[in-house]
Amino acid sequence: MAAGSTYSTIATTTLGSSASSYTFNSISGSYTDLVLVISAKNSTYNSSSGEVRFNSDSGSNYSYTEISGNGTTASSSRTANSTSLQCFRTDINNFGTSIINIQNYSNSTTNKTTISRASMENGVRAFAGLWRSTSAITSITVLPEGGTTFSTGSVFTLYGISAA
Amino acid sequence: MSPILGIFASQGRVAANSYESISTITVGAGGSASVTFSSIASTYTHLQVRYFGYSTRSNIVLDTYELRLGTGSIDTSASYSYHNLYGDGDAAGATAASSATTIQPVFCVGDEHPDSKRSGAGVIDILDYKNTNKFKTIKILGGFDINGKFGAGTQYGGRVGLTSGLWQKTTAVDTITLFPSNGSWGQYSSFALYGIKGA
Repeated sequence: MAAGSTYSTIATTTLGSSASSYTFNSISGSYTDLVLVISAKNSTYNSSSGEVRFNSDSGSNYSYTEISGNGTTASSSRTANSTSLQCFRTDINNFGTSIINIQNYSNSTTNKTTISRASMENGVRAFAGLWRSTSAITSITVLPEGGTTFSTGSVFTLYGISAA
Repeated sequence: MSPILGIFASQGRVAANSYESISTITVGAGGSASVTFSSIASTYTHLQVRYFGYSTRSNIVLDTYELRLGTGSIDTSASYSYHNLYGDGDAAGATAASSATTIQPVFCVGDEHPDSKRSGAGVIDILDYKNTNKFKTIKILGGFDINGKFGAGTQYGGRVGLTSGLWQKTTAVDTITLFPSNGSWGQYSSFALYGIKGA
């Protein structure tokens, strides 16, 4: 078994005012996986997209497949060659909760895969995402849908998991 | 607001050593037909496997992988059942099986895709794994993305899905095995087993 803590809090923030983004910088490469936990709502839309960028990469290097349910319909969609990775959702009135798993984030051999689940007042979604880069992830920028902001009280927490 | 654990909803902070790394398997050059965690201690309350991998089966974009549990040895009998809810980028779908010899979650990516650096990923939860009064329920979130569609007629895209599985045995789990339905796990695939302790 690993000595010390296996599941560690890297950083956490609670927004004291609305924000157009939040960035976790200088992420150590000493963990095996990252887990980003989000409790957030946005300023403008229900079921608004939530996105991440890694290492400030704003190129068309992201893609994702999602499944969603809104209480009436189950559906699926995909997006390729995107400039950000949609992996969670937020609503206006209530805080949605999302958990984003980023496995093997620090390896320099493979592209990076994310698996996430989002639970909101207005629906439920799951995402499989891909960042086509073999670079180790050292920063994560969390973004709301274009033209919106994260609302006061939104919480972003990054955990690191260390395998044996 | 206290940090959320992220795996199991919980109020309060993570107690020291309540989430422990038990074992990690990383596949080397040449691949591996299966990965197995054995002799799992009974000192935890729940188990979690976090994986990152792909199948080496040639000429296939989408592949399937399978999961078995066991006590002392892997159970290969028809003691499993499962339900999958998944999205393929075009539509939501569902699969299920009963009296099966394995649990078969959402597809993983195969070897035909030209990008040799892509993998699927997922999280497998086995709650109350040592309880001898109940069957074992398995919860899986997993999938992969391949940046659009690929294959003959660009017919194959990524997959994301939820799996609920049942192992119909009351014995404590001390062995877990995962294997692609055909071929092997590819190099750099990794599987990490964690134990979670209750209060």
